[in-house]
Amino acid sequence: MTIDDRDGRVPGEPRSMTSAPGTRQTSRDLERYAALFAARTKVMKSSAMRDLMALTERSDIISLAGGLPDTASFPAESFAAIMGSVAVDSTARSLQYGPTEGLTVLKSCIAEVMAEEGTIVDADDVLVTTGGQQVIDLVCKTLIDPGDIIIAEAPTYPGAVPTFCSYQAEVIQIGLDEDGMRIDELEQMLDRLDREGRRPKFIYTVPTFQNPGGTTMSLPRRRRLVEVIRERELLVLEDNPYGLLRYEGDPLPTLYSLDGGDFVIYLGTFSKILSPGVRLGWSVGPRPVLEKMNIGKQASDLCSSSLTQLFVAAYFDSGRWQDYVHSLKEIYRRRRDVMLDALAECLGPESSWTHPQGGLFIWVTLPDYIDTTDLLALALDEHVAFVPGRAAFLDGRGASSMRLNFSGVGEADIREGVRRIGEVVREQVQLYGTLTGTYRAIAAPDEPTPDEPDAELADVLHLPPAPARRHAGGLGFREG
Amino acid sequence: MTRVAVLKGGRSLERQVSLKSGVRVQEALHRLGHDVVAIDVGHDLVRRLRGEDPEIAFVALHGRDGEDGTVQELLEALAIPYTGSGVSACIRCADKVIAKNHMLDAGIPTPDFFAFNETAFKELGAADALPAIEQRLGFPLVVKPAGQGSALGIKFAASVTEVPGALVAAFSYGDKVLLERHVRGRDLAVSVLDGEALPVVEAVPTEEAFYDFEARYEIGRTRFVCPAELPEEVTARAQELALQVWDLLGCRAFARIDLMLADETGELTVLEANAIPGMTETSLLPMAAEAAGIGFDELIARIVQLAHL
Repeated sequence: MTIDDRDGRVPGEPRSMTSAPGTRQTSRDLERYAALFAARTKVMKSSAMRDLMALTERSDIISLAGGLPDTASFPAESFAAIMGSVAVDSTARSLQYGPTEGLTVLKSCIAEVMAEEGTIVDADDVLVTTGGQQVIDLVCKTLIDPGDIIIAEAPTYPGAVPTFCSYQAEVIQIGLDEDGMRIDELEQMLDRLDREGRRPKFIYTVPTFQNPGGTTMSLPRRRRLVEVIRERELLVLEDNPYGLLRYEGDPLPTLYSLDGGDFVIYLGTFSKILSPGVRLGWSVGPRPVLEKMNIGKQASDLCSSSLTQLFVAAYFDSGRWQDYVHSLKEIYRRRRDVMLDALAECLGPESSWTHPQGGLFIWVTLPDYIDTTDLLALALDEHVAFVPGRAAFLDGRGASSMRLNFSGVGEADIREGVRRIGEVVREQVQLYGTLTGTYRAIAAPDEPTPDEPDAELADVLHLPPAPARRHAGGLGFREG
Repeated sequence: MTRVAVLKGGRSLERQVSLKSGVRVQEALHRLGHDVVAIDVGHDLVRRLRGEDPEIAFVALHGRDGEDGTVQELLEALAIPYTGSGVSACIRCADKVIAKNHMLDAGIPTPDFFAFNETAFKELGAADALPAIEQRLGFPLVVKPAGQGSALGIKFAASVTEVPGALVAAFSYGDKVLLERHVRGRDLAVSVLDGEALPVVEAVPTEEAFYDFEARYEIGRTRFVCPAELPEEVTARAQELALQVWDLLGCRAFARIDLMLADETGELTVLEANAIPGMTETSLLPMAAEAAGIGFDELIARIVQLAHL
């Protein structure tokens, strides 16, 4: 709150009810804090729609809004046994500080996880962090001065937005399609910036099973992106939380492995393959960058939890981490399929959605006259929630899209949740049709669907529901 | 020492704001030496009230249920004295259409508007009347849900093509919406405490074109000036209008009346009345009270004294 007090009067001085024109009153309560706030707080956006989103956590809501892994599938007895062994074998150590870069035992586990995706790293080069989120923060802390440019995808991970904003970065978003980030668009943007004498500090991408888009960058685009950054000597932050959660198709090499670690900073995490509760992620990348990130981490939290690092190390010792990832993949693949089926059944031909080969999210795009932030209010009345698309853009785009999560709730809830979303969407489509006089019924399981804008005729003919149609060659993101 | 139950939270879309208001009220009540019990309003509200047996209920709820007379009706039924306006005033304030119709009848200036239920469009072909409405109100026009207390769902339509989308958005929040003439001008709020108008607050958006939902509650997004820098007669007129609306709608204890001062004509019009305005750090009622020399604790003490059945 910036309350001007240009007349220089003492704040809080008692005043008559109607003071003379030109005098100003400051509110002490507000000013006391506001005067102390850093300039960056003015651009710090809480993850958009925070208040609305808070309602999605109610217990009577089917929330397809979260990004939660199904931690309930972790066997309680294994958890108890591992915790027990840590408590007995490493009492003092687990209760103690550790090195900033992380415990050596954990770094070996990390090298093992990365090798599983075909990315070979030396355990010594790993920086252990407090969740993957801290990597985003540390990369910004290391590279970003106010006004510096970050290139991200459109849409981008909503959780990265507040971080970028709090470092006062200028974020430029590059479109996505079914093959991931549009590298041609990226190159055009880089050329344009070049002409303006500007250079992005880094390019932020979630190449595999993108959050929130659900798409995966194709191999040719990965190769081209690496060529581009090597030619231009630009850094990439490769955020890869979901790479091991592939339900179909062949694995693709990480950008880090294609580049060899010269220009790619890699972000990994245990959140989606084990637990977000352990708050452990990591980074590998060019050594000078990692060294600065290490210093940044010292300033942030000295070190990540020794207790959870030892827990994860003990868990890896048991040699069953791949089995657990495999079981998660089975669960999530079924849930994804249930969600895709439900979408095809419950959303009409005017909507489109992505078909992720892995990860946790599906990105749905509704007709452009529907604003998903407002739709969320209606959906909450029906006890279902999603993330409005605007949260994934910094420029107001994404208004008619939404992110759906399929990992955090059971199959029955996914079916029911999508059915309810279908209901509220249908309601709005019909209302819009009524308002514009171009009524188009939306495909419903037990309702006739007109092929042309004439509901009455369709009623008479009992046309079968139209199959869900997906946009060709794009995700249906509204451009610019 | 009085045993006061602070009712907060609930299921409305303004839950988070209410939680903030509630905590602040609780703290003030503690400082004032009251015995405070906080209740996050839910299915067990009546049971909790019976169990806690408060002497007074402090209603720190915003939006649906808390501000529209529902909770007040329950408190009447339980014979627990409560803060703020009574059932009927809450009903009149919570529904912008009812409030504006009262103002129209009483000759209090309020921006021109047309209001419809969803059924008017679905069953009476109201869409066919849109061109006539658009002509009467001009562009841009504002589309609002009748019952939403915050800025949620409020849309500007700059042209004919944007009206249907704006209506669809507004209907997300309830089954009654209004289309209103857009008044370009300054955003003023007059809080009233026990029948007396407090200094006028002006809300000046710092970045967004519109005083949106986030700006309203987030520190740093809107600059507030209190007392607003206005000619003396404008201040007096704004306060006079606010008191007229207060009387007209039958408010008690406290309320906030929102007005616009038109750039072009210099005319003041009343947008709406809020029966339970926010009590957060960025809220306008506490700010106005402070400008009048009434600190937050004193404000809360006054409101508690005015609790009634």
